[in-house]
Amino acid sequence: MSRWARALRTPLGVVALIGVGVIVVLAVFGPILWSDDASRFDFEAISQGASRAHPLGTDALGRDILYRVLVATRLSVTLAVLAALLGALIGVPIGALPSLVGERLARTITSFINLAVAFPSLLIAIFVAAIVGLGARGAVFGIACAVAPYFARLTQTLASSVVGADYVAAAKVLGVRRSRLLSRHILPNVAEPLLLTSTLAIGEALLSLAGLSFLGLGVQPPGYDWGRLLSEGLSRIYVTPIVAIGPAVAIILAALVFTLLGEMLAKGVAGQQTARWSDVPAPPVAPAGPVEVASHESPGALAVVVESLTVAFPGGSTPVRGVSIGVRAGEIVGIVGESGSGKTLTAMAIADLLPPSARMTATRYEVQGQDPRPLSEGAKRRLFGTSLAIVYQDPMSSLNPALRVGRQLGEVAELHGRLSQKESHRRSIDRLRDVRIGSPESRVRQYPHEFSGGMRQRAVIAMGLMIDPKILIADEPTTALDVTVQQQILRLLRDVGGSSHAAALFISHDVAVVSQLCSRVVVMYAGRVVEELDVATLVRGPAHPYTAALLASVPTMESDRSLPLATIPGRAPGPFDESPGCPFASRCPLATDRCASERPELESLADGQRVACWHPLTGDEERERVVRARENVVV
Amino acid sequence: MALLLAATFLMIHLVPGDPVRASLGPTAPKELVDARRHALGLDQSLPKQFADYVRQVASGDMGTSLVTGEATTDVIRARFSSTMQLAGLAFLVAMLVAIPLGVAMAALTYGGKRRSLELGFAAGAGTFASIPSFLLAVGLVWLFAVTFRVFPVAGREGVSSYVLPIAALAIAPAFALARIVRLEGLRVLDQDYMRTARGKRLPPRLFYVRHALPNTLTATLTIAGLLLGGLIAGTVLVENIFAWPGLGTVLVQSVSQKDYPQVQALALLFGTLVLVINFAVDIALGLIDPRSTILDA
Repeated sequence: MSRWARALRTPLGVVALIGVGVIVVLAVFGPILWSDDASRFDFEAISQGASRAHPLGTDALGRDILYRVLVATRLSVTLAVLAALLGALIGVPIGALPSLVGERLARTITSFINLAVAFPSLLIAIFVAAIVGLGARGAVFGIACAVAPYFARLTQTLASSVVGADYVAAAKVLGVRRSRLLSRHILPNVAEPLLLTSTLAIGEALLSLAGLSFLGLGVQPPGYDWGRLLSEGLSRIYVTPIVAIGPAVAIILAALVFTLLGEMLAKGVAGQQTARWSDVPAPPVAPAGPVEVASHESPGALAVVVESLTVAFPGGSTPVRGVSIGVRAGEIVGIVGESGSGKTLTAMAIADLLPPSARMTATRYEVQGQDPRPLSEGAKRRLFGTSLAIVYQDPMSSLNPALRVGRQLGEVAELHGRLSQKESHRRSIDRLRDVRIGSPESRVRQYPHEFSGGMRQRAVIAMGLMIDPKILIADEPTTALDVTVQQQILRLLRDVGGSSHAAALFISHDVAVVSQLCSRVVVMYAGRVVEELDVATLVRGPAHPYTAALLASVPTMESDRSLPLATIPGRAPGPFDESPGCPFASRCPLATDRCASERPELESLADGQRVACWHPLTGDEERERVVRARENVVV
Repeated sequence: MALLLAATFLMIHLVPGDPVRASLGPTAPKELVDARRHALGLDQSLPKQFADYVRQVASGDMGTSLVTGEATTDVIRARFSSTMQLAGLAFLVAMLVAIPLGVAMAALTYGGKRRSLELGFAAGAGTFASIPSFLLAVGLVWLFAVTFRVFPVAGREGVSSYVLPIAALAIAPAFALARIVRLEGLRVLDQDYMRTARGKRLPPRLFYVRHALPNTLTATLTIAGLLLGGLIAGTVLVENIFAWPGLGTVLVQSVSQKDYPQVQALALLFGTLVLVINFAVDIALGLIDPRSTILDA
């Protein structure tokens, strides 16, 4: 209840509450106070427009419309509430039935409910009212029958989820009777949403009732509700529009109030909204200052570079913290790390494809020697479109299900490669053949769902190679592929790097694949770069204990198969972690007090190697110790 | 369909008391009532009556009006097209407004951008979507027919007489649909394949029209089908406000005159229409969504 109370304390909630209060007061006291005024004939003032004495005008017998509107509140609202309650009374048991009876009968009832929901409620109301007979009774019955399907549908949906729950299954097994099952287990669980729906249904019923009375199918003279008043007013809309506008406004306001109340309550139930940037303190920005990138190699043009890259999300999550990466033309750089280490977000930040809620900061960010940040959207499109291609992780969802594969491949080449439609079509076929997709001529005309998972992955790779990119970002491109295809794809990626002299960023959790393909490797851990080294050094022996552990977890032909696969014990700190020490300290066998209290920065260790560690490994025996220590834990 | 036949058949028998007596009034002589009962076949047994009813409907005879003595099929035929024009055009207008508006709103407010626009749209669309067509019609008549006198207040003569009824019918579903399209658009924009499309650096036109729009259509069309059913119901009210010579005016007339055979015929007709629309939406979904057609093949 407190959640509802909180929802009602919002400005709109207060408005809704006051509105409902006013309506209730009017419904209770209106007829008592003004009944006489509302039915007093005034033959001096027949069919008048707005005047001081009659703000909303008078009807054909000189009765004051304002009083009549106020008095009609009781009848209009009472009938609407009755209709909504009656609708619930009819609908809820029908909706609960499918979860109580046998499967076949349940299916029949469900399809009947679906049909009834699809049927326009006004028509149901009119036809039922026609059967029951003109008048308030018929209208209430009609509207009850019209809103009942919604209650039935809601109850059915809710009940079926409750019935699936274990405790209800247990009750069934225990032989609890059906009626008891309904009253004890199902109803309490669906009560809250049903209450909300009832509030909304009152608003709905109010409108439908007005509609029926307006058509002359609802309240009959001498009784009157808002719909009746409206229909009497409409015939005079040319002469004195106010007599029609008055009741219309009353109907709209009343219906709006009930709808608002229902929505406010629903919002309260749904709970707090997600955090927004404005509620969140500014993300911690990585220390400024020049961070040298790849200072160890002969200078060459960096195709892409970021320094002190930080990516943060609302709510204080900072999955990437001060990462610096640069890739030269023709070079393949690997990013390795376990899932959640920030590899993909780093790559997406470089490609300017972060989700809109992400906030990215970097002291340096250049693509083809140009900082994209100040560029206009159009200039950015040109810069990235002509130079950067991406092979996405998760091929199942990276292709558009509504477009043919050939279309999706071809459009980039047409747009940025300036190929004709024919040429791009031919190239799509060529590229699909390159990634070993059989009969590419017919495949280009198919939709992604007609491709198998592995084929989709290869199609995504082919898509990344449609233009000759200057920069290629490949995010776990071979994960779902079998080993032979994986080798072909790796060769293809290497060819792209070699022939078109592209800079490639290859993301993987698989150290073996990375060491096979890349020339340089960046190891990421908990959003930070912990080591950067040549592949040769990686194979010979890394300096960071994490890299060593990662390397040791790759099974080789020599691995003892009687032992369980090596894993790294413990868990990496999450993106919210703000503890001061080395992020790997808790899992590191070499950790000291210093590691827990002070974070090591990335520093040059040897030529072409940088490491962020207080105790970098230097000799083989030390490395051995790390691996042993780890295995002791595992075994 | 069988359900519908049974329901419309039973309808006339659920009327409390004697429908013929009710329609002719308590003062009518007994012979007249009996004769009318016999003419309608109401003195037969229920199963036989039902069989007759089904046979009649199958042969295109839906009974005779109690009031005018006209065949209801003639009445319906004379007015069917004018109602369908109204509903069809209103539906078209609603779709043409809702889809571009919804997609544009999704594009503009994606990722929590432009919160004030989002709030404004939510409030505006919410209000317009919940105003029922007959109240909107009253407002429109007051504004455009009475105050500014640009459109006729009622009747069906000339193009200008179409404007207000169609607007009254189309505005609420248009905004209701636009909200759905926006939500659906936001969902689609969150998909991985839209990130792929973003990565292709397509111009906005291709990005939204070619990549985003087709993926919103399935949900949009499903809702649109429901709205079309509601639109047809809405014509009943709107026709009565604008004195539109369609089925809605006849329906209200027959109900208030207790012309049960005519009500029965109209119930059957409207019910069939709704079923046909649902069926058509299912087929259209199959055509638009390549996944479902392939599954059948």
